[in-house]
Formats: sequence, C-alpha cells, structure tokens
Amino acid sequence: MTDITVGTRLRSSVCDTEVITVRAPDVPVELSCGGYPMTAGSSRAGSSRSGADGGTLLGKRYVDEQTGLEVLCTKPGAGRLAADGRALTIKAPKALPASD
Amino acid sequence: MNLLTLAEMAATGMPGRIAVGPLREPDRAGGADPARLTYPQLLDGARAGASLLRDCAAAEVVYLGVNGPAFPLALLSAAWAGIPLVPLNYRLGHDQLAALLSHHPRALVISDVTPPTSARVISTREWRSACAKPAADMPLWQDDPEAVAALIYTSGTTSSPKAAVLRHRHLVSYLLGSVDFGAAGERDAMLVSVPPYHIAGVANLLSNVYVGRRVVYLEAFTPQEWLDCVRTQQISHALIVPTMLARMTEYLGDATDAGVPTLRSLAYGGARMPLPVLERALWLFPSVDFVNAYGLTETCSTIAILGPADHRLALAGDPLARRRLGSVGRLLPGVQAQVRGTGGALPASQPGDIYVRGPQVSGEYRDLGSQLDDEGWFATRDRGWIDADGYLFVEGRADDTIIRGGENIAPAEIEEVLLEHSAVADAAVVGVPDERWGQDIAAAVVLRPGRSADAEELRGWVRSRLRGSKTPGLIVFTDELPQTPTGKVLRREILASLVSRT
Repeated sequence: MTDITVGTRLRSSVCDTEVITVRAPDVPVELSCGGYPMTAGSSRAGSSRSGADGGTLLGKRYVDEQTGLEVLCTKPGAGRLAADGRALTIKAPKALPASD
Repeated sequence: MNLLTLAEMAATGMPGRIAVGPLREPDRAGGADPARLTYPQLLDGARAGASLLRDCAAAEVVYLGVNGPAFPLALLSAAWAGIPLVPLNYRLGHDQLAALLSHHPRALVISDVTPPTSARVISTREWRSACAKPAADMPLWQDDPEAVAALIYTSGTTSSPKAAVLRHRHLVSYLLGSVDFGAAGERDAMLVSVPPYHIAGVANLLSNVYVGRRVVYLEAFTPQEWLDCVRTQQISHALIVPTMLARMTEYLGDATDAGVPTLRSLAYGGARMPLPVLERALWLFPSVDFVNAYGLTETCSTIAILGPADHRLALAGDPLARRRLGSVGRLLPGVQAQVRGTGGALPASQPGDIYVRGPQVSGEYRDLGSQLDDEGWFATRDRGWIDADGYLFVEGRADDTIIRGGENIAPAEIEEVLLEHSAVADAAVVGVPDERWGQDIAAAVVLRPGRSADAEELRGWVRSRLRGSKTPGLIVFTDELPQTPTGKVLRREILASLVSRT
C-alpha cells in the first residue's frame, strides 16, 4: 500500500491519469485507478478492469467521504478513481466570489 | 506540488486561452514582443527563462519592471529554476532601492532603468527575447513545495520593510483553497491595477492562471483610462485599491451609472475603504458584484472576504449588513482566526490582537525566520474583533493604536467619523506625544476642493458623534496624505510632520 500524504503524486497503471494528494486519508487506504493500484512510478499494467472506467477530468478534486482523502487530477485519463474499491466522487466547486 | 504544476495544468487543459494580454494582438511595429501569451507560451517561456537563470547562476530574480507579460514570465521562470522572485517598486527613491538591492547581490535584475546594484541587469526587452528562445535542454523543474516562490517586501507603513518568505506550498494552498481550476468563462478577463511588487499582484496573477481568466494590465491608473479599458477590453472582473475607487466616484460626479456593461465583479482591498465612497460606488455599479478582500503579504494575500450578498443587503438598508460593510467579511475555509487580549483568546465581539493560521500563512521573514508560535498562529499586528457570525472587523495596525490616558483608541474609528463630514475628502489620525495624556490625538485632514471647514467645526463634529476623549486635540489641514502606491497611509510621515509643528 502506498503511503499517501499531502503532496504525494500518484499515477495510474492503466491510463494517463495522474493525481496529487490535497488531503491525506484518516486511515491508510489503497487508491486505485481503472481497478489497479496507483503508484508513484510510471509502469503500465494493461487496461482497466471492466466497470472501473468512467474517466478522470483535469483539475477536478476527487474525494473519499469515508477517509477524507482528497486528490487533485493533474492529468486526465480513462480509468475511474477508487479508495479501497469505493468510487471517489467529484467535490462540489467552491462558492467563493473572485477576490483577487 | 509547486506553482508550475498548476501552470502546466492550465497549459494542458486550456491551451487556446490567452493568459495575459489584450483582447486582440495589436499591430506590432518594429518587431515588438507579442502583447499576448497563451498558457502553453507562458510555460515554454518559463522554461527558456529558467535556462538563462541557470546559465548566469542567478540566486534570485529581481523584477523592477511594470506590469506586463514579462512579469508572469519572471515569476514562472524563477519557479522553474527553483529560485525566488523578488518584485520591487521601481518608483522607490535611489537610496531606498539601493538598500533593498544590497540584499540581493547575486540576483538577475530585470529593469528598464539603471538600478543601483552590482548585480547583473537586463532590460524587459532582453528578458522577453531570452524567454522566446527554445530551451529544450533545460531540465524539468524540481517539485519542491518547500522552495521559496517569492520574497515580497511588506509595505512598511509603520516599520522598515521586511521580506516575507512565501514558499510554493503557501501559494499553492492559497490557490487550492480559494479558486477552482478552469472555473472562468472563456471570455472572462480581469483588469489589474495593482503593481507587481504587491502581494495582490502576485496572488491575483496565479489565481487567474489557475481559473483560466485572461489578465489585462492597466499601466497607470486614471478613472477615464480605467473606464475606457473596461469597455474596450470587455472586462468582466477588476481588482482595485480603495483610493482608485474614491477617484472614480469623484470623477463620475453626478452620473447615474458608470456604464460598464461587461463588468460583473469588482474586488477591492489593500487599505481601508471609506464607507461613503463604497456606498456611492454601489450606486454607480448597480449590477456589479462587490468583494472586499482582506489579507497580508505574510498570508499570501486574501484570508477573509466580504461578498456580493453582504454588499447588496447593506445597500438595501439592512442595519446589520450596513454595520458589516465596515468589516472584511468572513474567513476563507482553510483559515482560522483568533482575537487575543493580554489574558489570551477573547470572546466574540471583544477587540484585541488578530492572530491567524492555516496552510497559506507563511509568517516567515528573510533573516528573521518563522514568526509563528508553537501552535502555528501568526500575529498579524492588526487589531480588531470577530462578531458572533464570524465577520472580522479590522480596526487598524496595533502599532497605530493611540493610548490616551490609558484608553486604547483606534484611529480608524475617528477617521471614519471625519470622512462622514461633507467637506472632508481624506483624513488620517495619529497619536502624538503628550505630557499630560501620554499620547494625544492629532488628525491630518484633506478638504474637498471648494469646501471649507475649520478645526473647531471638525472637533465639534467628532465630539458630537464619539466623545470628548476621542476628539482630536490637534487638527491640521494638508493638500494630500502621504501614501503607498496601494493607498496605505504612511503614518510615520504624518506623525513626523505633526510632531515637528507642535
């Protein structure tokens, strides 16, 4: 299991997805993309497991409600993000007005 | 994560958008540099600029130029090279500038004047052409969140300027906490009238890159040029300082509407906004969202916001909202604040010293190190209070507080009352040494053109609205108040001139 702390960069092993951790999980968790664990390296393992695609979007924040894990997608890809098998959800945009 | 991670996302996700520059590229006579840069051009330029910085072994980039495409190129090139950007005020006097530059002997200095330094100096033009050379051999940046992104000198209204150390993690935290990637509309554009050496200039630029909003710079502010620019450039957002809004409302006089149909958002900050100016501006810009942003250099700019809904409620006459128009609104989600007295944290609505903490709060100065306490709190040296609903009211700098006969008096309270007098255009209140009271209250007042009021009338005006102990013992009239370029009153200078007359 990869140690996930704030600033950790992780890559998908099945697609182009890359994320950066914005908030660390409360308990250790395995972050996967397209059904395969994300890693700090750049090795490709093959294609997504069926049902684990759906894609990631550049600049979106993905959260795991259960552990508080939050990642920022810095490169989009075809796989879906999940934490211990739970699909991550897109965080709602901020309601702040433009301040500067 | 560092700033280039975010800039790279903009280049990947919004490759066709203009990062900085006018609506249309002007005719370029004599091989002038492009006035516009897309996000990919900005990133390529940063790589090329970093290559020059590496070749000349620069320890810092000192930016002494005006606003323009050279500025974002300097900021991101420095980030790519892993060194800080040091934006300085090119209008400083020779001695002041020499003193600041002496701290940066190994910098590359970008300047169109001849600055007093032994460091290497190149012109804006040379810098632009260096950034236009392909630099494929320049390695990618190191992703070091601890690296220093910028050294920004505080405005030094009460003490000599200090260089705040802003690391990549502070600025990235600010951006991630306050804006959403790519959230701007394709035609959105922000008109920026704050100088590049001010934290708002740096933070604003980065915010706009991350949200994908074109930045348009106004070189020298006049009300007419600002209004013209908003109209011709189809500006949707603008950032100004209170003195500019004051000049705009004076300039528009009896007009019923400022006539800027594309403008949707007007953010102001950097100094106190006089309430009469704000109320007039709300009438002149009826369909514009007003936002008051409060922050410090040491906190990577904005930490609290008074939003459009608060402004509208106040304009509609809601008494609570009208009081809150004098506040700086509520804290950003990632920021905490505490108001402390001599015995520690104070309950809501009690005035004291404002402390803040959060991932965007640096609280570190060059040569002095971190000023955060053990729990991460930073003493802003601003005084104020937080009401029961979390609205932060800032009275002013702790150093400006007047202690008259043991009573703490915030100059802002007296200044506000003076500004409500129809003959008063501007006012600053300071404490002058006094044998009987320790300090007495003195006011420097600028009258509106063609209006008159004498000291006794103004003293009576203040006495009837506050009380005797808050009435200035001395009122002097002056043509203008000494200010920083962002409209902060230089109290040191006012105090010195008042003391010399007593």
